[in-house]
Amino acid sequence: MAVIALDKDYADKVEIRDRIENFHGNQVVYVHWEDHLSFCAALAFPLPPSMPFGALVKDVLPVYYGMHPDFPQIDWSAVRWVVDGTPLIPALDKSLQENGIGHKSSIRFWTPGLDGYNHSRA
Amino acid sequence: MNANVKLGLKQRYSLLTRGLDWETTYQPKEKIFPYAEFEGIKIHDWSKWEDPFRLTMESYWKYQAEKERKLYAVLDSFAQNNGQLGISEARYVNALKLFLTGISPCEYQAHRGFNHVGRHLPGVGPRVAAQMQSLDELRHAQTQIHTLSHYNKFFDGFHEFTHMHDRVWYLSVPKSFFEDARTAGPFEYFIAIGFAFEYVLTNLLFVPFMSGAAYNGDLATVTFGFSAQSDESRHMTLGIEVIKFLLEQDPDNLPIVQKWVDKWFWRGHRVLGLVAMMMDYMLPKKIMSWREAWEIYFTEAGGSLFGDLARYGLKVPKYADIASAEADHISHQNWCTFYQYSQAAGFHTQLPTAEEMDWLSEKYPTTFDKYYRPRYEMWAQMEKDGKRFYNNALPQLCNVCQIPMVYTENTDPSAVSGRVSEYKGDKYHFCSDGCKDIFDDEPEKYSQAWLPVHQIFQGNCGGPELEDVLKWYRLNIGADNLDQAGSPDQKMWDQWMADRAGVGG
Repeated sequence: MAVIALDKDYADKVEIRDRIENFHGNQVVYVHWEDHLSFCAALAFPLPPSMPFGALVKDVLPVYYGMHPDFPQIDWSAVRWVVDGTPLIPALDKSLQENGIGHKSSIRFWTPGLDGYNHSRA
Repeated sequence: MNANVKLGLKQRYSLLTRGLDWETTYQPKEKIFPYAEFEGIKIHDWSKWEDPFRLTMESYWKYQAEKERKLYAVLDSFAQNNGQLGISEARYVNALKLFLTGISPCEYQAHRGFNHVGRHLPGVGPRVAAQMQSLDELRHAQTQIHTLSHYNKFFDGFHEFTHMHDRVWYLSVPKSFFEDARTAGPFEYFIAIGFAFEYVLTNLLFVPFMSGAAYNGDLATVTFGFSAQSDESRHMTLGIEVIKFLLEQDPDNLPIVQKWVDKWFWRGHRVLGLVAMMMDYMLPKKIMSWREAWEIYFTEAGGSLFGDLARYGLKVPKYADIASAEADHISHQNWCTFYQYSQAAGFHTQLPTAEEMDWLSEKYPTTFDKYYRPRYEMWAQMEKDGKRFYNNALPQLCNVCQIPMVYTENTDPSAVSGRVSEYKGDKYHFCSDGCKDIFDDEPEKYSQAWLPVHQIFQGNCGGPELEDVLKWYRLNIGADNLDQAGSPDQKMWDQWMADRAGVGG
């Protein structure tokens, strides 16, 4: 549908603020640990597209999720990953980009057997 | 004509408000009113506009001046008598901080919006009405600032409210709401603010804050509320008149108006989530729960309103059912968010006490114990163990309402709800179908959103570290943020109470 605006050329003048070029070489990636709603929302990170998936798991997630009592018990080989709505078996040594994770991609993960504080999904 | 004959009110009103216009001669009318047509609204006869209240400028000034005199007399006496000592508990003041940083600047935005509409609608009737509302909104901004300035003498978090409104992450929620309305055409603005906000939702904003003030001993804020009340009822009347006028003028207006009502109801519902958490968590003495307020002011009052409007073909806003179902969740979800981001908030937080948790269980029998109590118990345990829970990453935000994506699926309140759209090769994320629909209708507009989290990542907010960003917000670290317990506010209050007990012997 054509844009409804006073300026007929409005659509051509739109400047998208969150273009990947504006993030200084990073792309924005969202990560959400399912069944752990004490973290109120998915977390947002600016990450290099070349970062190995394994580094996300090993270096990033423990910093931000590590305080949850369930975190040390995670069996990473059993984790179920979904990227932008599609299940993914990540190649840990490959980059985010090579794993199909792009700018503003959303990564959700489930940790079987771990469903929050006293099984409350918190 | 005998100059001494006194005119009747109606005649006088008509002389003072009509025939002030002129027909243009050397410029076409559309150049004088360039905003009048692009939205597609068809108006055939502006003279059909019925003024809902026949208020001349002369009597307007008289009424407002009288109200100001009364208000400022109370404010003076509040200040002279150290009225701040009469509030229920120190933490009540956090609700006022949220009001001053989140709401008062919006009054100013409403002033500017109505000023614009008051210039650009071709009909003289609505133009006069919009100009009066514009003055009301400016008065509300001023009187709120003056009322709350007394608290600024003692408490933290009030000192940079306009600066904070422009920068702080959660204040982008009300800020972007008004900017969205103000950058729309004049008719959409009128529906957005005049109808959806002022008519459908205003009681859910004002009643909680003003009754909250009354329940918690804050006479100054209550008096401000009374002073604004007659203006608010005038605004509501205007809001309903606009809807009726547009719908009566041309049947083609209906789908456009319906789309705006749907959109602005949803936008308003999201903003009011801040009020919801204020009611359920920030008032030491509670008025009623958000759920109860929603029942009274939306389900019942809104139900009869849309019953009346059905004769024009206007329907209950889309997703009203979802919003009603969310009334069992949003206050908890929002407060959990502020608790874990307390380090970046301009007011203090705390875990609900055992009594408050019981009150919440009683008010939210189907949701609180099942979904929210366990979170608070976990965090309470962590506090006890000296490991107070902070979320140290930034949250994903909804691209439309700009709230962290904390809301859950109606079908499963333990699963965060997320929607996504693609536009020009980029992904855009939303908290709900309501926000996604708004984006999909105008992606050109919302792809330009200034999302606080992304702006921090882009390096536009003072620096990469939390401390850099808080300084850029002009938030006094260690004073304005973090928990109520241990805050300078609480220490000062405890000292006051101890001194008072000493004097009382």
